[in-house]
Parts: sequence; C-alpha cells; structure tokens
Amino acid sequence: MPEGEVVLITGTRKGIGRYLAEHFVKKGALVEGCSRAAPDWELERYTHHCLDVADEAQVRAMLSSIQQRHGRLDILINNAGIASMNHVLLTPAATVDQIMATNFRGTFLLCREAAKLMQRRRYGRIVNLSTVAVPLHLEGESIYAASKSAIVTFSQILARELADFGITCNVVAPTPIETDLIRNVPREKIEAIVNRLAIKRLGRFEDVANVIDFFVRPESDYITGQVIYLGGVC
Amino acid sequence: MDQPRNRVNPSRSDVVNMVLSSLEEVLTMADGHSPGAIGEETYLIGRDAVLDSMGLVTLIVDVEQRLEEDYGVVLVLADERAMSQQHSPFRSVRSLADYICRRIEEQG
Repeated sequence: MPEGEVVLITGTRKGIGRYLAEHFVKKGALVEGCSRAAPDWELERYTHHCLDVADEAQVRAMLSSIQQRHGRLDILINNAGIASMNHVLLTPAATVDQIMATNFRGTFLLCREAAKLMQRRRYGRIVNLSTVAVPLHLEGESIYAASKSAIVTFSQILARELADFGITCNVVAPTPIETDLIRNVPREKIEAIVNRLAIKRLGRFEDVANVIDFFVRPESDYITGQVIYLGGVC
Repeated sequence: MDQPRNRVNPSRSDVVNMVLSSLEEVLTMADGHSPGAIGEETYLIGRDAVLDSMGLVTLIVDVEQRLEEDYGVVLVLADERAMSQQHSPFRSVRSLADYICRRIEEQG
C-alpha cells in the first residue's frame, strides 16, 4: 500500500480489529481506531478514540479530528460488532436494538461520515465486515445475522452511490475465528459450523487481512459492491 | 476532542457567499469551466436547477465541511426535518442559506 495512507478501523481494542491495526501500522499506514473502552496496548503511528460507533455526534467528532490532523482519509474498515446467540423466542427486544445500533447504525454512520472526507480527494476504500452466518442461516444467530445481512445490502447500494466519487465499498464475511465474539458459543456448535465450510478449519486473522488487503489496493478501483465469504461458503 | 477553530457564527452574507463559492466549485468540477452567473435566485433542484442529483449531494457535503472548518459549526444539513419539509430548503441558494442561518440560530 502507498506509504502514509490514513486508515480508520472500528472496534480495535481486541480481536480482529486489533490485529488489523497492527497489520496496517506494519504496512506503513497512519492508523486511527476506536472502541467504547480504552485498549490496554499502544502502538506507534496509531491513535485511539473512545466512542460508541452508534453515536452520531461522537462519530462526527472523530472524523473531524482525522480531517484536521491528516487532511485525508483513504481507508475505512468497519469491524466493530457485537453478537448475541439466542433462540428467537428468548431474545429480548433490547438486545435487538443494541445489536442493530452497533452493527448496522454504526456501520452506516461511519460510512456516511468517512465518505464525506473521501469524496474531497475522489478516492476511498471502504470495507465492511459481515459473517458467514448470513448465507449459512445459522440457528440461534437470527438477530446477529440479520444485522450483518443489512450490512451486505447497505454496502452493495452504497457501492453504487459512491462510485462516482472514486470510492469503493466491499464486504468480507469471516467464518468463526478464535475471538471473544465466539467465546461463549459451545464447542460442538462451532464444530458444526466448521463442518459446513468447504475448508474445514476455524478462520485466522490473516485470512481476513488478506481479503482486506486486496479490496483496499489502489489497483482495486474496478472492484466494488462485492462480498467475499471465507472458508468456501457461498 | 478538537475544539472548533473559530467560534464566531457566520452572518447571513457569509453563509450566502460560502454557498455560492461552494456551488461555483462544484459546477466547475462538473463542467471543467467556470459557470455563468449564479446568485441567491439560482435553483439547486427542480426543472431549472444548475445541478444534477450528485452535484447537489456534493454541494451539501461541501457546505457542511466549510461550516465546520471555517466557523466550527457542526450541522448535518440533510436531517429529518430538511427531508420532510414540503418546500425543500435545498431548492435554491437563498432557501439553503436561510435554512443554514435558521439552524445555526437554533443551535445558539
């Protein structure tokens, strides 16, 4: 990637987000990240913002800060997400509101405000994270998968609306990876999901970064509105 | 968070000039040359509009950014109210400037 690109990643305190922050710093990027709680780590060329991605004013303030300090934003990766595994009949309405707020409203707000900065230079790369739970229609994940399905549809339409501004928008949909998100999912359930993949293993952070690297290359300017499912799910 | 660089609210003529300057930039970018005469009466949407829909989006985003950068005024112009008003505040330079001034006044 070109040296000095400015990359914004949401949900960087741990898991995939943290890995991606380190990955892009290693590649020479200036990385901005956010999460609700402060991380217990620091990184050179990395700036952290404590905020809720579903809070419009906080998201705007973060993007203003990026514009003032860097004068540009090249890449946005919407990784922040929460999950709740439960049978529909046992799912509280408040859980639905929380999941949709963080996963979908947060992605929408970040995309909108980031695209406002990106369109100034007629260049931008947006990557949103979905999940294989969408095409696999996994029981117990209806609300989480629905929120991530919304991200797919939103991204595909966003890709069309932003194309004239030189901004691409694509989706990477990981399989289960060893993160906190699946910590409370029973082992047999994870094994059952892995058995439905073409490539029968858990995902790795590197698998996600590999697809993102492809989407965000300057040469990928003819790739937009695409969804790549990991593990051979389709 | 960073503080706005300038806390003095813009006057109405500042806002009109800002919208016109932004409009000129958007039209120049679209056509590759300077636009003809534009003023408060210039229509932004409708049959006589000087902009297409993408041009309007670019204009609104640019005006939002100028308000924030030049005056520290943070507004999302395309809010629920603007989208539901029978007479769109985006129909002309004048109506857009009036709408921005009203919103700034409400913010105090």
